[in-house]
Amino acid sequence: MMLIECPYCGPRNEPEFAYGGQAHVAYPEDPNALSDEEWAQYLFYRDNPQGAYAERWVHSAGCRKWFNAIRNTRTYEIQHVYRLDQARPDGAAPAPTTSRQEA
Amino acid sequence: MNQRELPQHPDFLWSNPEPKKSYDVVIVGGGGHGLATAYYLAKNHGITNVAVLERGWLAGGNMARNTTIIRSNYLWDESAAIYEHSLKLWEGLEEELGYDIFFSQRGVLNLAHTLQDQRDSVRRVEANRLNGVDAEWVDAQQVKELCPIININDDIRYPVMGGTFQPRAGIAKHDWVAWGYARRADELGVDLIQNCEVTGFVMDGDRVVGVETSRGRINAGKVALCAAGHTSVLADMAGFRVPIQSHPLQALVSELHEMVHPTVVMSNHVHVYVSQAHKGELVMGAGVDTYNGYGQRGSFHVIEHQMSAAVELFPIFARAHLLRTWGGIVDVTLDASPVMGRSPVDQMYVNCGWGTGGFKAVPGAGWAYAHTIAHDEPHQLNRAFGLERFVSGDLIDEHGAAAVAH
Repeated sequence: MMLIECPYCGPRNEPEFAYGGQAHVAYPEDPNALSDEEWAQYLFYRDNPQGAYAERWVHSAGCRKWFNAIRNTRTYEIQHVYRLDQARPDGAAPAPTTSRQEA
Repeated sequence: MNQRELPQHPDFLWSNPEPKKSYDVVIVGGGGHGLATAYYLAKNHGITNVAVLERGWLAGGNMARNTTIIRSNYLWDESAAIYEHSLKLWEGLEEELGYDIFFSQRGVLNLAHTLQDQRDSVRRVEANRLNGVDAEWVDAQQVKELCPIININDDIRYPVMGGTFQPRAGIAKHDWVAWGYARRADELGVDLIQNCEVTGFVMDGDRVVGVETSRGRINAGKVALCAAGHTSVLADMAGFRVPIQSHPLQALVSELHEMVHPTVVMSNHVHVYVSQAHKGELVMGAGVDTYNGYGQRGSFHVIEHQMSAAVELFPIFARAHLLRTWGGIVDVTLDASPVMGRSPVDQMYVNCGWGTGGFKAVPGAGWAYAHTIAHDEPHQLNRAFGLERFVSGDLIDEHGAAAVAH
């Protein structure tokens, strides 16, 4: 079981949280402009790296707020937690491929 | 039910050759799917200049970690076709491989605990029958007759309202399945190379022509990925993406007990699946840990949750002792159906996304994947399972539909 540091409530047990998958995958600015391939990338494809991963968690049995974490998917060590209005720590984890392609 | 005697095995089931400079086909991943693919490439298509590269030891990944449930009662036509083909191959596999795999058709019960469960189950039974898959709806009393240790009282949180039963479903001894395929593939000329990790791909334009490994470069006419939870890592090296997420999936066994559990019981709603292996240990699994992970371990509260479900369904398990828990890394797609077909790289093929249920598919997937590799186009069985479906939208949504604990 992981000890997860909620940015609002402090460290709590993992069962208090729910997982939200990869962070920073933005809804396409103009969905109608996307090709079927690009739409498929947005809808069905997420990065799945071994190592640092920027991901979303929600403290569902606590303050019910969403936040982001950088966690190592090999060791499960949480390196950073940050609020949604804070930027991803520089160099902590790669940006999502989908957003890179849109940029 | 009597315990079966263990047969004697020969000392060596396969040779451990040094890798050659070049192969017609290199299969990346020496688990069940990789070994079955190699066997059917040789047996069905006469392609024997084949290497299976395994970074650890043969069948030491998910093949060593699964709960060995075999069934074909999936909802959709495409799934029923490939899983039923697989089940038919299972039914002849001991003879085919000349090797005892303890395939035991003891049936699988998929329980229903809510009215919605019940409606979905009956619908699935009808769909299964239309596809030639044996299936029946059984009420709670019949569940009790099939599995006397189950609690069908209505004073528990999620009472058993009935279930679906597939009599031809069952379990097999997972490592012997792998060894049986490995032995025959080796006899047919396939090189099984262990401790050989793929670290990169050699490209000629859009075409793959070899692999870089921890044991040097190996040239390849074709490269077939068969690496389950690690497929994303390999696809990254090859420059394309696969729509999978890798999750830890945990299982556990109890100490050995006399035979008390005559079938396989799965419950999607309270989330546990249980059988009793031939030696007498109770084998149980549940859902994945929700986060992405490559650590081959998960969180304890997931085990706790599945144990509480198991004890409510089987009160006599309350005094059983846990012997061991473990985790594997499963490759989950968003529609809970596998990906098998050509990849965006010329002469490279992809087989992944079997999620939590890849063991049952070992023979069928190997069969269809070998065809795909040999002919550079999918077999009828896996035509619907290509990467294209995520662009076209022709998803095969087995999430929940097949009473799967995916």
